[in-house]
Amino acid sequence: MTSNNPSVFLVMVNGQIESANFPEYDDLYCKYCFVYGHDWAPTSGLEEGISQITSKGRDSSQRLVWNFPLDITFKSTNPFGWPQIVVSVYGPDAFGNDVVRGYGAVHIPLTPGRHTRTIPMFVPESTSRLQKFTSWLMGRRPEYTDPKVVAQGEGREVTRVRSQGFVTLQFNIVTKDMKKLGYDTTSTEQVSPPQ
Amino acid sequence: MLRDAVILVLQADPDLHEAEPSFAARVKFQDAARRAIRDKRGETGLPTAEEAYNFFTFNFDPEPQERRSKGQTKTRSRRREGEDQEDELDQEEEEEEEETEMEREQEGEEESRDREDLFIIDQSAQDFLEVKKSEYIGYNRRVLREREILFTPSMRAVPASSKLPENVQPRYPEEEGLYVGERPPVTLSNQNILENRILKQDQGKKWFGDDGRIMALPDPIKESSSRPPLYHLEEELDPALQTVYRKSKYVNRYIAGVGDTQGDYQLDVDVSGLIFSHHPLFSREHVLGARLAQLYDQYLSRQHKNLTCLLTDKLNGLRNTIRNMLELHSGEGISHVTQHRIAEYKQEVRHTRQLRDSEQEKDRTLLKSIIKVWKELKALREFQGFTNTPYKLYIRKCEVQRALDEREQEAEILAEVAELKAESEEDYERKMSEYRRQLEEWKSWRRKQKALKKKQKKRRQQSQDVNEEEDEGEQSEEELGEEPVKPEAPEKPDIAGLEQQVREKACRIRRKPGEPVLVPELTASSPVTPNEQCPRGEFARREDAAKCSLFIKVLYNDKEVSRTDSRSLNADFRVHFGQIFNLKIVNWPESIKLQVIYESVSSFSSLLAEVCVPIPESSVLTGSAPSEELEFSSNQRVTFNHEGVGSDVPFSFAADGSNRQTLLTSGKLSCCVSWAVGDDDVPLAPPSSQSGADIGLRQMDAIACIGASGLNDMKRLGKWAAESRLDPNDPNNASIMQLLSVASGGEVAIPDYFRLEQLQEEFNFLSDEELQRSRRFRLLRLRSQEVAEFRHFKTIPATEREISEKVFEDYERRLKEGELVDTKEHIDAHRALVAKYLQKVRESVINRFLIAKHHYILSDLVVEEEVPKVQAEGTVLGLNLFKLAEPKRPLKPRRKERKKVTAQNLSDGDIKLLLNIIRGYDIPIRKPHTSKPAAAAKSARSYTETFTATASSQTALQGNDWPLGQPVIRPFVEVTFQRTVLQTSTAEGPNPCWNEELVLPFSAPNGDYSTSNLQAVRDEVFINIFDEVLHEVVEDERERGSTVHTRIERHWLGSIKIPFSTIYLQSRIDGTFKVATPPVLLGYSKEQSLGSEGGYDAIRSLSEGTFLTLFITIEPQLVPGDTIREKVTDMKPFFDTQEVERLLLACEIFEKDASQRFPDRPCLTTVVDINGKSVFITRFIRPLAPPKELLDAFPNNLQEATLVARYVSLIPFLPDSVSFAGICDLWSTCDQFLTLLAGDEEEHAVLLCNYFLSMGKKAWLIIGTAIPEGATAYVLTQEQNRYLIWNPSTGQYYGQYDTFCPLQTIGCLVNADNVWFNIQVYAAPMRMSFDVTKPKFWKPFFSRSFPDPGLSSVQPEELVYRRIDKAAAAELQDRCVNIDFPFMIPSFSLSLEFMEKIMEWRPRHPTRWNRYCTATLRQFLPKLELSGGREMAEEHRLELQSLLGDYRISGFPLHLPFSEIRPIIEAVYSTGVHNVETPNVEFALAVYVYPYPSNVLSVWVYIASLVRTR
Repeated sequence: MTSNNPSVFLVMVNGQIESANFPEYDDLYCKYCFVYGHDWAPTSGLEEGISQITSKGRDSSQRLVWNFPLDITFKSTNPFGWPQIVVSVYGPDAFGNDVVRGYGAVHIPLTPGRHTRTIPMFVPESTSRLQKFTSWLMGRRPEYTDPKVVAQGEGREVTRVRSQGFVTLQFNIVTKDMKKLGYDTTSTEQVSPPQ
Repeated sequence: MLRDAVILVLQADPDLHEAEPSFAARVKFQDAARRAIRDKRGETGLPTAEEAYNFFTFNFDPEPQERRSKGQTKTRSRRREGEDQEDELDQEEEEEEEETEMEREQEGEEESRDREDLFIIDQSAQDFLEVKKSEYIGYNRRVLREREILFTPSMRAVPASSKLPENVQPRYPEEEGLYVGERPPVTLSNQNILENRILKQDQGKKWFGDDGRIMALPDPIKESSSRPPLYHLEEELDPALQTVYRKSKYVNRYIAGVGDTQGDYQLDVDVSGLIFSHHPLFSREHVLGARLAQLYDQYLSRQHKNLTCLLTDKLNGLRNTIRNMLELHSGEGISHVTQHRIAEYKQEVRHTRQLRDSEQEKDRTLLKSIIKVWKELKALREFQGFTNTPYKLYIRKCEVQRALDEREQEAEILAEVAELKAESEEDYERKMSEYRRQLEEWKSWRRKQKALKKKQKKRRQQSQDVNEEEDEGEQSEEELGEEPVKPEAPEKPDIAGLEQQVREKACRIRRKPGEPVLVPELTASSPVTPNEQCPRGEFARREDAAKCSLFIKVLYNDKEVSRTDSRSLNADFRVHFGQIFNLKIVNWPESIKLQVIYESVSSFSSLLAEVCVPIPESSVLTGSAPSEELEFSSNQRVTFNHEGVGSDVPFSFAADGSNRQTLLTSGKLSCCVSWAVGDDDVPLAPPSSQSGADIGLRQMDAIACIGASGLNDMKRLGKWAAESRLDPNDPNNASIMQLLSVASGGEVAIPDYFRLEQLQEEFNFLSDEELQRSRRFRLLRLRSQEVAEFRHFKTIPATEREISEKVFEDYERRLKEGELVDTKEHIDAHRALVAKYLQKVRESVINRFLIAKHHYILSDLVVEEEVPKVQAEGTVLGLNLFKLAEPKRPLKPRRKERKKVTAQNLSDGDIKLLLNIIRGYDIPIRKPHTSKPAAAAKSARSYTETFTATASSQTALQGNDWPLGQPVIRPFVEVTFQRTVLQTSTAEGPNPCWNEELVLPFSAPNGDYSTSNLQAVRDEVFINIFDEVLHEVVEDERERGSTVHTRIERHWLGSIKIPFSTIYLQSRIDGTFKVATPPVLLGYSKEQSLGSEGGYDAIRSLSEGTFLTLFITIEPQLVPGDTIREKVTDMKPFFDTQEVERLLLACEIFEKDASQRFPDRPCLTTVVDINGKSVFITRFIRPLAPPKELLDAFPNNLQEATLVARYVSLIPFLPDSVSFAGICDLWSTCDQFLTLLAGDEEEHAVLLCNYFLSMGKKAWLIIGTAIPEGATAYVLTQEQNRYLIWNPSTGQYYGQYDTFCPLQTIGCLVNADNVWFNIQVYAAPMRMSFDVTKPKFWKPFFSRSFPDPGLSSVQPEELVYRRIDKAAAAELQDRCVNIDFPFMIPSFSLSLEFMEKIMEWRPRHPTRWNRYCTATLRQFLPKLELSGGREMAEEHRLELQSLLGDYRISGFPLHLPFSEIRPIIEAVYSTGVHNVETPNVEFALAVYVYPYPSNVLSVWVYIASLVRTR
């Protein structure tokens, strides 16, 4: 791995799903998974996870804090298909049915360092009023067949969504060998002076 | 607070004015005290310094005064009370109220004061108490009283007169053109109210402006917010808007390619020296010397250019030209063009002459000033008594020949005079003509005037009393207009004066004729007075100058990179450095600066000046670059107390101090910056190419990068050069002309066209060829195109070298040859061709579907509950709601839906195939083996039938082959799937019951569990029934009693194969299936006499064959991808079609209605043909004649039909769902089908149906579901009084009431005219009616409301069959079968396939072949083909036994349609014949190929194992 001509670069991600802001809902939990391109492979860490259920704090901010850790390392040969994290939040509705409260996705930051990301969340809408009513009544809201849909653009035009809430994530990124493979994501502050 | 208010009221009371001062003081004190208390409470409890100061320094008024005032108030209040009482009778009540109010206030005040005063004076009770009667004011009176005070402003508009001062008209500034802003919007009623209110006040009018409206400022509200909106998320700012501190940083300007080792660039900075043109340490003489030197330099440079001479020559040339032209035409017939040219030349001459004159004048003045400065210098030297500078001016006189000189000058003057004369005459002429024209005008005017006057006079004479006319006349006079000024004749040019002028000028600017030519020469040869002889001031100056030293810093991109050595100043104020710095650079050069640093005596250095050196073009290389002199200056003020003149200090040369001048330090730095040249003569300049636009700029500006702006200028320059008649011979213009010649030379021609993406090429990071060549990019591109080989390619390497060419080999080969057809597998060329064609069709269709696959509908993305249908099956929403309230019944059994798993999270080992093998029926039983040859072979049939039971019992007793107690058969089932082989336990008897569950692991190819991939899985589940035979191996007779050696043999009885795709799509398969058994099983027979199990027998007897009851499913349940049908409907918009819109619409409605009412019944109206077009299904049905050979064979109707069905079933089977993975079903027409010789159920069914129709039968196509195929197509025929259902892929037929008919549901019937959808209660063929005329049972597509538009068929008129190719069949047969002499005929090595394979499968045992048996078998095969594989078994067996009495034979013929050799081998392998491990086993193998028309081949493989029994 310490050779001068690396064939892959590594992106190490750790961080946490810190908190969420869903003013209307309580007792939520979240799931996360990663979506990445063909040239990417996770080398270690969990690709998927599900958090504990959290209730709102008593303070004024009414945050839902999970502090759910993320820790994963990817290796890749190509920045195309840079990993995205897909977060989906679930919680009980008025009748106690488990319904989805939001989907959201964000690319893992490209530059090394500490980053905070706030993702706006959204849910798919029912196709009609009647369906909206029945889905509310039955506790079966429309959901994505696969949460990973939110990380891709294909086929999104057929859906209608509504925004609700935010999720805040924190990432610490470490990369290795990116520059050696010719991908320069860091700012170039270290200009070597001419001799 | 209340107290404050009270105090204020009191203060306001005018009656209490006298008490005010003391009171005020008290108030202040109270305030202070209170504040102190408040502060104490609020803060630390300590009074502030100010308060403390106030407290102690405040002059408190004595209390008594206070008391007095209090007493006053009291008495006063009493007095007033008394008054009140008096007035009460007659006075108005309002006053009283006021009074009481007052009183209350006073009371309050008193109270408050009392509290404080309590400690000072004892109060009597009457001071506190007062008795009064209660007061009430009636409503009306109150209204009346309120009317006095209250006022309700009216909403009516106020007349303007009342708003303005009297007798003043409203004035509107807007109308006067003044700017009046827009007033803020106020409703009119509110405005009126306000105006009314204001008017009530005194001086209310001051609120109104001149226009009678309330004065108002313009509306201050802006249309748009001037501040960017902030969206708050809670309290904190949006992170995007948060300000973040970043260190300012330097923009990276790496030169591209610096990272590589070859790209090092070097700039050579040569700092050669420095000359001061003025320095603070200059003495006066130095100043003059410098000036002299400067003038002399100027002189030299002028001399070098020699402009005067040049211009003179030009002038002469022009004069000659004019003269020549005039002479040529000799004054006559000068064309207009020539005239024009001459005029131009003259103009030129005049211009050139002026230029020459000014140049000459400059020369002359320069010479004069040089001499003057030299004289001054000499005077100064004499005056000061020493010499400081080595300058010495010599003036050489060149004598000229006076006469010649004079003549020349005279000629020149004359020529000039002549020209001037001509010019002035011309000028005069022009002026004269102008004058004449004007004069003419004037004269004509005069004439008119005179005529007019005459007229008037006449009129006046004629009628003097008519005054009006006079007026008219006057008017007409006026009409003529103003009198034009009488033009004055231009003066005649003063010819004599002209000459005078010329001579004067000549005298001024030229040397006089005969005067010697003066040539100044400046040398530095004059001796400088040594220091000792100088006066003190000068000495000090020289000392200073000697101490002073300089060095130069080289700054690159504002960073110091090096500096020269410090050098001291020479006496002549030059510094020589002569140092060359080599800069290896990595950044783009932006600036190169040289700083002149001055080091004085005290080693205190200061920056003297900074010089910017232009960055050299890349063509400027070391060695060839000229040294440049760059001027610099500094405005530092320096004074000295010695002879040095200083800088920025006025000084004078004259003794009296007049004519003062001020000089600044200045000088010239000579240096040279150029790009270095490498060892191999390669310039080490960055590849900036192109013209010399600033590199730094180029980095910033893409347009400049192309040089477009430069080109623009070039064009304009060319234009300008053409317009301004640049003299191409002028050395000044040389560079411009060269530039122009380059520009017009086409090297940098500007395109005349406009390009939209003009920067495209600049932004391409690679050329297209390079992109093509790069393996990595190619791989990436192919993957994104979803080319089959690369679709799931993971992690394409990051670097080129890691990708080997091999990756593309397969792909390229495929591209080149299509699919390389293996001649081994495809026997003749035709089949190879077909395979190729099929491949092409498949590819084009797949490409089409790849596009369609990326089209999504909502249900692909979002899972949503359906709205419960109100009508459907009575499940009203309300009922569902009601169900929620139902009591829970935990013990009530309920069918639970199995959880469906989407295929995404699966990995190997997660999926299992569950196989429940329940029972079998009618498995063939062993035939007793008779070692003797049967006596009556021919009559054996009846014999065996009668005596089977006895015979078997006999053999059981006599032979040692069948150990005692061994049943007639011991069958078990073996399941093979994906290389996993599992088997059940062994049961006994022909109708065994296993009831066992087998679990087989499933792994998807490539570990990809996506639905599309799962659908494409081609694996099949093989279910084989074997008979387990135990043989006692007799090693030693003596051990028989104590030891038992048995060998287990297994004999294949039959098999079922179910493709995985069927299981996947159906999710479960449940039913009784017919086992494919060979027509002949040696050693076995079906004995019905043995099983007499009652009622079931009756049904079973209706059909023949062996059956197996199975249940197959996948655990966990996989969500099948969109079923083929759905996809097709989804994709219909993507298919072209030739059907009319109306029909398609009707189809859609029909299918939608059908799927709503009976979701489980398939309904097809349009299908996709092989070109990917939608075609209405009835177009496929058309009577087509089967091959003649088939019809001729049998006269019998039903036999004929079975033969036809057999023919159809022999056409190889290729399911669409496998070839077009999960995409859709393609229907080919019958001729295409026969050409391709491959198709799935639909094609077979259509062909069979068409044959039946042509044979005069009533036939329909059944669209339904069957086991195990799933959705499929069968054929229905109507015989005399019953319906027959034909399975086109096996050629078998079933009656309507056949129990084991694989067809489960019937969705619709199709014939050439119509489509009927099954709307009966049941869909199973047994329970339904096939009478399509009954609208209650069948819903027709074409009805009276929508009649058949008369659709033409897509099928051909008739099918053309290729003749039976016996030769080909024979060849094939030979190739496969020639195992008799395998070693003799090596060319037939292909024919060894089977043999080799069998030997291969038996690696540990020798394989012997029994030739005799093989020959017998081969003879038998044609008979089998003729009989269709029926009713030959017994005869054949006996025949065999007669021949091979000594052998125990087990074997069977396999009958297969021919497509490729591989599946046949597979089939042979699956029987497991090769597994016999008896040491003395021999094998026999025979192959027979029977050709049918159109290359349809029937292949028989007879394989047997023989064991010698003794």
